[in-house]
This record gives sequence, C-alpha cells and structure tokens, in this order.
Amino acid sequence: MSIDRSTPDLGGLYQEVILDHYKRPRNRGEVDPHDADVHLRNPTCGDEIRLQLRIEDGVVTDIAFTGDGCSISQASSSMMTDLVKGRPAEEGLALARRFTEMMHGVDEAAKDKQLGQARVLQGVAKFPARVKCALLSWEAYQEALKQADR
Amino acid sequence: MSITAASALDVASIRRQFPVLDQDVSGRPLVYLDNGATAQRPAAVLDALRRFYEMDNANVHRGIHELSRRATDGYEGARVRVAEFLNAPDPKSVVFTRGTTESINLVANAWGGANIRAGDEIVLTVMEHHSNLIPWQMLAQRTGAQLRFIDIDEQGRLRLDMLDDVLTARTRLVAFNHVSNSLGTINPVAELTRRAHDAGALVLIDGAQAAPHVHVDVQAIGCDFYAFSGHKMGAPMGIGALWGRREIMDELPPWMGGGEMVDLVELSHATYAPVPHRLEAGTPNVGGAVALAAAIDWLEGVGRDAIEGHENTLLRHGMERLRGVEGLRLFGPASPDERIAIFPFAMDGAHPHDVATILDAHGIAIRAGHHCTQPLMRRLGVPATTRASCWLYNTTDELDRLAEGLEEVRRIFA
Repeated sequence: MSIDRSTPDLGGLYQEVILDHYKRPRNRGEVDPHDADVHLRNPTCGDEIRLQLRIEDGVVTDIAFTGDGCSISQASSSMMTDLVKGRPAEEGLALARRFTEMMHGVDEAAKDKQLGQARVLQGVAKFPARVKCALLSWEAYQEALKQADR
Repeated sequence: MSITAASALDVASIRRQFPVLDQDVSGRPLVYLDNGATAQRPAAVLDALRRFYEMDNANVHRGIHELSRRATDGYEGARVRVAEFLNAPDPKSVVFTRGTTESINLVANAWGGANIRAGDEIVLTVMEHHSNLIPWQMLAQRTGAQLRFIDIDEQGRLRLDMLDDVLTARTRLVAFNHVSNSLGTINPVAELTRRAHDAGALVLIDGAQAAPHVHVDVQAIGCDFYAFSGHKMGAPMGIGALWGRREIMDELPPWMGGGEMVDLVELSHATYAPVPHRLEAGTPNVGGAVALAAAIDWLEGVGRDAIEGHENTLLRHGMERLRGVEGLRLFGPASPDERIAIFPFAMDGAHPHDVATILDAHGIAIRAGHHCTQPLMRRLGVPATTRASCWLYNTTDELDRLAEGLEEVRRIFA
C-alpha cells in the first residue's frame, strides 16, 4: 500500500494493523447469555455500536460487538474487545481511562504498553474530528460495566 | 484555472471575488465542495454588510432620525429585491426569517396552527431535509393530523405515480423540496403543485438548495409558500425568507409576539400589524437582509444563465469523472437534465468519514454523513453518504482533484 506522505499524517492514521482490524474485525457478534447489552450512537456521524458482555467473578469472560461505522470506530471496537476480554473488569476500566487520555494527546498514555495494539490508534489524536470515532467503543464498554453492576 | 468554452462565466475572475477560496489547506490550494452545507460569500456581500454597520446601522421603522431612515430603506429595499428574485408579485408577502428552517416552522405554526385539524393529512416526500419534516411531525403530534409520504424511485426521483393514492380529500398541504440536498434531484415542482391544487391542498416548497442554482419563479410554479436561505447563495448565515401568497399571508395569525409586530397594545391584549411585519416580531436582522439583497444583486450581475451553464459543465464533468472511479456508486438521477451539480456517493469498503478525512488531507472540503436526511439514508440502504456539492466558483480542475483524491481512498481501502 502506498500512501502519499506529503499529506498530513494520513499514513499514521491508516496503518496496516488498523485497516486489518477494520476489514477483519475480532469479536464481532453477540454474547449469549450476557450481563450487559449496550447500544450507543454518535448522532453527528451515525456511527453505532451494540456491545454485549458477560462477567463472571469480576472478570469479562466474553465480549462482542456489532454495528456500523468508519474504519476508526470499527478497528477501535475490535481492538478494545480483544484487550478487555479475559481481564478483570476493573483493569478494563483503567485501560478505558488510559485510552481516553491517549486520544486527548497525553504522551505518557500513548507510551503505556498496557494499551497493547490499541496504541496504533494514537495517530487519531491528530484528527480532532475523528477522536469520537475511536472513543465510542470504550464509552460503550464503560456503559456496559455500569449496566452489569445494576 | 481552466475556463470551459461552453460557459460564458469567467471563473478566474469570479474566484478572485471570494477571499476565502484563496488559501491552502493541508499544503494544497483549498477545493471547497461543501456548498450544499453553506456557500462562500463574495467580497461585494461582505462589503455591503460592513458598509451597513459602519455607515447606516440603526433600528428600523421606529426611528425618525436619518440613520433609522437609511436602515429602514435598506431593509424594506431588500424585501423588494427578494420579491423580484422570486418573481413574487407583492413584496408585502415576503417575510424575513433566519433561514429555510425558520420559514417552514413559521408556516407550520401560524398556518398549520390555524388550519390543521385531527384527521387532516400533510403530504411530504421521503427525500426531505429534517427542516421540512420535523416541523410537520411536531404539528401532526399537536393536532392529530397524519403525515403521508411520496417515495422515490431507484434514481432518486419522486414517484409521481403515487400521487393518485397519496393525495386525498383530506390533504391540506403538500410540502417538498425544489432540489434535494442529498440527491441533487430537481423536482417537477410546477407539476406537483398543479396536482396538489387539484386535490384542494396548498403547496410549500423548500427552496434552500434551489435558490443558489436554478431560476426560481413562484408565479410560474404556482406554489403557495416558498422558503429559502441566504447562506447557501452568498449571503450571511442567519438571514432567509418566506414568500407566501398574499391572500393566505393576510390571514396568518402571528406566531411570535413582541415589538415590531403590533398595531395597538393594551395591557391585556393587542392588535397586530399587517403582513409582513405581523410575522417579524423583534428587531430583525437588518444587516443580513441588506447583505442578502447584495447577494441577489451580485448573482444577477453574474447572470443566472451563465451560472446555470457553468454548473451544467461541472455536473457533466463531475458525473463522468466519478463514474470512472472503481467501486463508486453515485446517487441521484442518471440524466444531468434532472439534477444539479451535487454529487452524493458511496464507495465500496470505505466509510464516508474515512473518505472525508482522506480528502481533507488533500485540501478538499466535502461533507460526509446523513445530510440531515436520516429517513432518506435508510431508504437508500446506506448509513451515510459522501457529498461533493458545487457552486459557480468551482472548476473542472477541482473535480479532477476530487477524483484523484478518491483514487487514494481506493488505494487505502480497496
């Protein structure tokens, strides 16, 4: 793939690994039975995500998503589910906060290895109009934990 | 900048009159193709606005002093210019508003409130902008009226074959856009109006996307209300107008109360001024109206035929270039005779927001999303589209750059 480097950071935004998660999303589907079922929409751009997860002994044992959206929102959903699956819910929450910091341009957050593959999305921070796309799935995750708690 | 021989428009000279176009974005000359959302303003309009505030600024109608007289003359003169622009017979039935949305809300509230009852039907189309949908939904909820819809065909044209079924003895109003903001379709407004009138209904036309591009003649169309916005045709944001047939406007009750709209005021009640002032409560946007008149002057100076000719060149060139992009699906009528130079499209494997980001990185401004027509997006079976929309200052070179940008989208996402 050749990306014209004279254009601002397009190469940083559309990295191979992001496009791979977009074209072949992980954890796409439904969780049955589930403890939370969250539907979030971004009314300004129409991105939407439906996120379901199951929690056993405080651990997210299964998580999956469906929905429509741009490459960034879909790749972020795919990476997020990969990252929090099998982890204690509380750890996932800390990652959500870390990821949000990274999207707001906090350098230390972008260096945090805990974020794993999701760090490739740090380039999105340079495209303010797209930050909300990357954050949607993490917001859905936090919303799902609240729902599971009730 | 290439100037096509077929058009009499001197595009290079036109472009020099738009200061905002002369800038680089992402290191390249800006290509502004988001005119459907809002157009840019020529220097003549910006000068008129500035001149009003620098020389003539005062409140209208009440003042005896010189500046108030000048402001009033400017404001009322603008009303005459709007009437001329629409070929409306009577400036007194032109009401200034914030724009198309407010114009339609005015009709829904003032006319709708006085005339719509439970069981009445209002006919709309599935291609309406939310501004010509939500006010009618709100009216229907208040009154118990029903909304009925004219569908579109596969090319995004209204299905006139449905009219026999949709128009009934209960139809009170038929409201539709002159030109679709999401498809570019030019609707057969005169025919629709005739059919609606045959059914005994009134007709409101949303002219937001038509006024900048096509010749509008409310008498030839025969409609009862026509609404448009200044900001899509070179005037500032926050000014627009509603024209209504005089005998209907004379009967409209006020919809907002306040200064300017009264005759005699007691503590417990008041009598109201005649139209148009009855429908213009509060201090109006005088500077905006003066600038709207300047935009009309400017457009007519350029020449409506020259504008339509140039935009037709852009339309044909753009359709040809976009059809050459693999995996691109162009929405709207296949024939250039039935549309304006708005290019709504979807690309295989690439979401509109990604298309918009990549084009932005090439200095090309387009719009991605539902374009305030969510029901239409569902009808088309897409979550969103990408839309490039032209105005008279765009060039075929710019459409070439659009096509090149889309080739990069293909390289990244194919």
